[in-house]
Amino acid sequence: MSETLRIDGLRAAVEGKEILTGVTLNIQRGEIHALMGPNGSGKSTLGFAIMGHPAYEVTGGSVHLDGVDLLELDPDERARAGVFLAFQRPMAIPGVKMADFLRHATTNVRNPERKEGEDLISMREFRKELREKMEQLRMDPEFARRYVNDGFSGGEMKRAEILQMAMLRPKFAILDETDSGLDVDAVKLASQSIADIGGSEMGILIITHHDKLLEHNRPDFTHVMLGGRIVESGGPELAAELHSQGYDRIREKYPEAAAAELAMQEEAAPVS
Amino acid sequence: MATDTPVSAEKENIGEINKYNFRTETKEVFKARKGLDAEIVAQISDLKDEPDWMRQFRLDALKVFESKPMPNWGGDISLDFQDVYYYLKPTDHQGKTWDDVPDEIKETFDKLGIPEAEKKFLAGVKAQFESEVVYGSLQEDLAKKGVIFTDTDTAVREHPELLREYFGTIIPPSDNKFAALNSAVWSGGSFIYVPPGVKIDFPLQAYFRINAESMGQFERTLIIVDEGAEVHYVEGCTAPMYTTESLHSAVVEVIVKRQGRCRYTTIQNWANNIYNLVTKRAVAYEDALMEWIDGNLGSKLTMKYPAVYMMEPGARGEILSIAFSSAGQHQDAGAKLVHCAPNTSGSIVSKSISKNGGRSSYRGLCKAERGAAQTKSNVVCDALILDPESRSDTYPYIEIDEQDVSVGHEASVSRIGEEQMFYLMSRGLTEAEASTMIVNGFIEPLIKELPMEYAVEMNRLIQLQMEGSVG
Repeated sequence: MSETLRIDGLRAAVEGKEILTGVTLNIQRGEIHALMGPNGSGKSTLGFAIMGHPAYEVTGGSVHLDGVDLLELDPDERARAGVFLAFQRPMAIPGVKMADFLRHATTNVRNPERKEGEDLISMREFRKELREKMEQLRMDPEFARRYVNDGFSGGEMKRAEILQMAMLRPKFAILDETDSGLDVDAVKLASQSIADIGGSEMGILIITHHDKLLEHNRPDFTHVMLGGRIVESGGPELAAELHSQGYDRIREKYPEAAAAELAMQEEAAPVS
Repeated sequence: MATDTPVSAEKENIGEINKYNFRTETKEVFKARKGLDAEIVAQISDLKDEPDWMRQFRLDALKVFESKPMPNWGGDISLDFQDVYYYLKPTDHQGKTWDDVPDEIKETFDKLGIPEAEKKFLAGVKAQFESEVVYGSLQEDLAKKGVIFTDTDTAVREHPELLREYFGTIIPPSDNKFAALNSAVWSGGSFIYVPPGVKIDFPLQAYFRINAESMGQFERTLIIVDEGAEVHYVEGCTAPMYTTESLHSAVVEVIVKRQGRCRYTTIQNWANNIYNLVTKRAVAYEDALMEWIDGNLGSKLTMKYPAVYMMEPGARGEILSIAFSSAGQHQDAGAKLVHCAPNTSGSIVSKSISKNGGRSSYRGLCKAERGAAQTKSNVVCDALILDPESRSDTYPYIEIDEQDVSVGHEASVSRIGEEQMFYLMSRGLTEAEASTMIVNGFIEPLIKELPMEYAVEMNRLIQLQMEGSVG
């Protein structure tokens, strides 16, 4: 597995305000990267910019997946190229059943060349696979008949995101605080599930404040984001340090990034 | 054999390129000259060999039509009423089997899937082409139980006692200008009588097809559900696209007696040149239930507000309305609940979708008359707007002449959100697939009320409307 997600000097702005000030990061398939950093440092923005959120304007740098320029693609084409973003706050789509949504999404992502209106993957095959994946995630089968994220608890939403990742089998997944709002047991289950799904096939970027999600997903690399860029990278020990001791050392060591962070927070409510 | 004229693509509006847009070359038996006056009305009556009371009813109604001003609310009706054909007789007799129907007309209904649906899941069918019903059927066992399902012209001849008792009593010609117009020139439509206690398991369906240019279709439907009886009536309507305007102006009267149930489902997909000005009203007696399910797609302008008058305690009225307006379309649709007796209850659920500059309005009335105590009405209307060019309005009217009444009204307007679109697209759905999915989800609460076959049809129609909605 030598395929790479290559992020190079990425800059991005929301409503004219620059949030990412030059992020460089390479992820190989099979690797786990942890991305940590205080609120408002630009972690979620990185996820949205890679996935192509229309409100996030890329103002510089590049993102390539095996030489393909992702920034040239619409979000759906990026998904079909093999990128997945687990949302921190997934959107409710009332009236659309999880199963219907997932069948459509799975079909498109697995057959990237599919034209609109062409057949979906077979119902039987899909149902069987969905049922298996839901069992692994200890989800009630009834879940498939509920409307997408509509009235879901925080924990249900996060599990639904992991389920989607399991069905879509991306090459690269960005998990944006998939542990937030979960209790200890749920985080443990999520952590285990991500490890099972990921394996050696997937490159994973885990955005988190805690180290619980990393329990079963020992990061090969840990990155610290501050003021819109990655200021320090290390191994799993860095994640442990940040979790136990916070970001004071980082802020002291990188005063410019810390100043940028402060400026961003004063300018507006943090976009995280 | 039918020779269908393909319609050139330049004339089409996006979303109109569909299987309904074909014209059939026919040899009509009789076509009245264009325009409307007492001579035309008398001619229609003569052709139908009607009794004097009906002829007089028509002529009186014409005077009402001429005396009433155009409504100054709703939509813009810029139609020249003298530039319309008011009567066109497509065949000289009604078929009892499809083989009796002229080939080119039969092929029209074949394309619309009517004979196939009839075989699969319908208890009876009426097919109207221009002004007359050209085909009619009813399952034999239902006929034996005394169920009547015929066209209204035949009913005037064969069931005069029922007609004279009910015809024009729920919606008199004086009700509104277009009820008067229909009363003057009506032709075709369904007449249904369900005897006490008879429950019809499968739907009865009527299909109304306008084919000719500048045509007016004025069907007249009367449904009487006797005590404890049940019926589900479904109507579909389509027409090909022309550059000139056509007019569809129906009157539908429904009587649901004690403990009876009637469900009336409309799925119409008119071409963009049709003015659709329809009056639909039901009266529900003690413990009776009347349901209107009203799917409004297409047309240039639709003004339609199905009503339930709850006449005795325990009567219920439920109305579900879907409106979809696209470029050049204005759906002024809604519903009315009128409580005339105590302990009656009703609900209105309205969902509208506007796109490509289309305009949808909800216009509804909840009324409790004096003495109608302990009545309940609930209205929920949700509008979904797909782009900044499109528009949605809500006109809720509430008239309460009684103290002890509960009326609820909730309205919401949403635009398809960037965040929802991005979420779906991040899962590999194209922009078009994502917006279609959001729209389908939006109307899902109504679609699931439809029998499976119609739910499929409705979803397909929405799909057609959504095609080309992006870019």
